[in-house]
Amino acid sequence: MIFLTRRATFSASHYYWNDSWPAEKNERVFGRCANRNGHGHNYTLEVTVAGEPDPVTGFVVDLKWLKDVMEREVLAAYDHKHLNLDVPEFKNAIPTTENIAIAVWKRLEPVVTAAGGARLSRIRIYETPEIFAEYRGGA
Amino acid sequence: MKAYFGRRYMLSASHRLNTQALSAEENRAAYGKCNNEHGHGHNYFVEVLVGGAVADETGMVVDLVALDDTVRTRVLDRFDHANLNLDPRFADRVPTTENFCRSIFALLQDGLPAGELEHVRVEETENNFFECSARG
Repeated sequence: MIFLTRRATFSASHYYWNDSWPAEKNERVFGRCANRNGHGHNYTLEVTVAGEPDPVTGFVVDLKWLKDVMEREVLAAYDHKHLNLDVPEFKNAIPTTENIAIAVWKRLEPVVTAAGGARLSRIRIYETPEIFAEYRGGA
Repeated sequence: MKAYFGRRYMLSASHRLNTQALSAEENRAAYGKCNNEHGHGHNYFVEVLVGGAVADETGMVVDLVALDDTVRTRVLDRFDHANLNLDPRFADRVPTTENFCRSIFALLQDGLPAGELEHVRVEETENNFFECSARG
């Protein structure tokens, strides 16, 4: 089994806010991230697929194909966008790094699975060089 | 839904790799430059990965402030700007980065909610890193 990772970057803004809480609690729990005018990050996305190298091409997946899928399914929706306001899955979920990892998985997993061969293994997303979240599928 | 959250920290410490179990010559052979009598130091990067259910209310796996507090009180306050060889943890253990990584894992596992700590990675230099995980 080979694990193959492709990296991409995008820039987006967001804020953390739970509408069912009073403002005071949002500000206490989320601190500076609760500023309703938002703030932004340069995110780094790592998409890891797992599989056996194809006996003819030696590829686990065609990296150009994977790049195109990441651009079409994720970057087109997230890059230079406001995650809370522009991205449908964050209308009802706070765009924390954890939830972004899960959302990216949901966007990519059906496409990777439908292509046959490799399976999606891991999504890792860096919000800053010091902070990242991972989702590996499952419950 | 289970996800993982990672955070990187830095600490600066000195150490010397030397064991009483070997002669001076054997220590030099085993540890090379790292056996230098007066020690040497590194900027260590410690990467902590915790796992758990993403809370619906917050969208988060862990309270970042609480995680930072645990890492600071259990690891950074103890080892940053310290000589690892003089820490009681290394009284009878060579402070290789393998052992340092295991020590950090154990200290954090004791300080975090049960089952939360997934993985610790310690980078000794840009080219060396060591990892410990909950799965052994």
